[in-house]
Amino acid sequence: MSPDVLAVAEHRRGELRDVSYELLTAGRQLADATGGDLHVAVIGGDTESFAEELDREGVDAIHTVSEGEEFNHDVYVQAVEALHGELDPQVVLMPNSVNGLDYAPAVANRLDLPLATDAVDFEYDDGLTVTREMYGSKVETTVEVGGDQYAVTIRGAEWPGAEGVGDADVAEFDADIDTDTGSTVTGFEEVGGGDVDISEADFIVSIGRGIEEEDNLPLIEDLVEATDATLASSRPIVDSGWLPKNRQVGQSGKVVTPDVYLAIGISGAVQHVAGMKGSDTIIAVNTDPNAPIFDIADYGIVGDLFDVVPELIEEFE
Amino acid sequence: MKVLVTVKEVAEVADDFEIEGTEVDERYLEYDLNEWDDYAVEEAVQLKEDGPADEVVTVTIGPERSEETIRMALAKGADRAVRVWDDALEDVDLLDVETKTNLLKAVVEEEDPDLVLTGVQSGDDTFGATGVSLADEIGFQWGAVVNALDFDADEGVAHVHRELEGGVEELTDIDVPAVLTIQTGINEPRYASLRGIRQAQSKEIAPKSLDDIGLDADAIESDLTLTSMYEPESESDAEIFEGDASETAGKLAEVLREKGVAE
Repeated sequence: MSPDVLAVAEHRRGELRDVSYELLTAGRQLADATGGDLHVAVIGGDTESFAEELDREGVDAIHTVSEGEEFNHDVYVQAVEALHGELDPQVVLMPNSVNGLDYAPAVANRLDLPLATDAVDFEYDDGLTVTREMYGSKVETTVEVGGDQYAVTIRGAEWPGAEGVGDADVAEFDADIDTDTGSTVTGFEEVGGGDVDISEADFIVSIGRGIEEEDNLPLIEDLVEATDATLASSRPIVDSGWLPKNRQVGQSGKVVTPDVYLAIGISGAVQHVAGMKGSDTIIAVNTDPNAPIFDIADYGIVGDLFDVVPELIEEFE
Repeated sequence: MKVLVTVKEVAEVADDFEIEGTEVDERYLEYDLNEWDDYAVEEAVQLKEDGPADEVVTVTIGPERSEETIRMALAKGADRAVRVWDDALEDVDLLDVETKTNLLKAVVEEEDPDLVLTGVQSGDDTFGATGVSLADEIGFQWGAVVNALDFDADEGVAHVHRELEGGVEELTDIDVPAVLTIQTGINEPRYASLRGIRQAQSKEIAPKSLDDIGLDADAIESDLTLTSMYEPESESDAEIFEGDASETAGKLAEVLREKGVAE
């Protein structure tokens, strides 16, 4: 085993995703602790130009695997497995993205590595300790990972993206991949669209689980009308079918950057925050003073939306 | 076709709570069916109602207490349930993915399903990994974070949408046998009807020990150890408006006017 770290980059539709650069920072942090090199794998797509972009400060080597245009979990598992065999690194770092969730557990299983997912931090000191959240971010935990080789997936936006120009060795890696697999990506589809583009709005009134039931929606619609705002929501409202998909703010919905984002009855799960943290001013109304939304809010009301919203409507009528 | 659905009972933590060692004190926990699994159960039951599935079996790793949650799934239309538990699991703080994979694999070998549905993740430890790990272990195909499923029984192919980030979905064809991890929003989980609840009482929940499924204590040796649990430090520097609803709403209105977004 080497003390090295192998980070697996992610790309989609011709572009590297932000988490790829974050993986470089996290990977360098770990490699410094283990005393090893940082290796980066980029699999599929235009690997040559991806390798150029990934050659940032702190990267020692980049391995390109030319196989397919887009992500395919069978290809990724085989490529990472083969690279692991070649490099025998102490840690494999992968993104806790949707695609990460689609191949990282299989990599860990095949290589018989203990798997710690969704890391928000880690420490290495003769052993790996990973910081994770539980119970919808209500608690943070530290988890000691046994063994001497590990698989870890990192949460997006927890590490800054690596910058600076690097001086990595770039080499094509022949992974001998069996492409006769049981799953085939046939295309992509944009969801949303529809009547309103919430990403263009200056003032968003956004609702979450706190609204409790669909019958309470008209109350919020009255507020939206009185303030000439744009209505949006967190995931559960869309899952329940109370609002269409194009109103969903978050990781799997739209990213919005309004002047003011008024979050009503939204607890502020990390997936939601990913879609709205770029708003100029964030205001939260929530009964739970410990709700994570208050961590990123500029102004807040700790109170019942059913008391506050009617009063607010009155202010603007 | 037989569909196996993994069902987990998860703990939800009250707004205010206390931590004892590496656990949230029991007084602040409420147990419920894992949200993602609720959608997985619904998807399986719909497959049965629509034809392709003949039988829907749930499998749970959980103590006797979890039977209440299992009955919920049975009341919604699952035919029967398997519950795996062992005294040796009582003291494990954190069941790692490998352990869950080992336990579920043994059940898959016994049940021999064509399709396994799991929730994308569980609301408590949120590993989000068991379904794919299991698929790899048992040699099934898989798809993670599925938010639309069109099952072609003749071809033996699951046409799925995988919900990627940023409002993009990936369209993928997956050969069965397969494991699909189900995202919320794929369907509208039904409420258990009174009739369903009554019927669930007579449906079978088969308790299985490690021994029953042919495993020994080695299979549950977790590589992960929970070493601390704490409330994350609040990074809040929000200005919190004080007062009753009318006062706080007044101050909020003032900010909205100041920012020029509402008049």
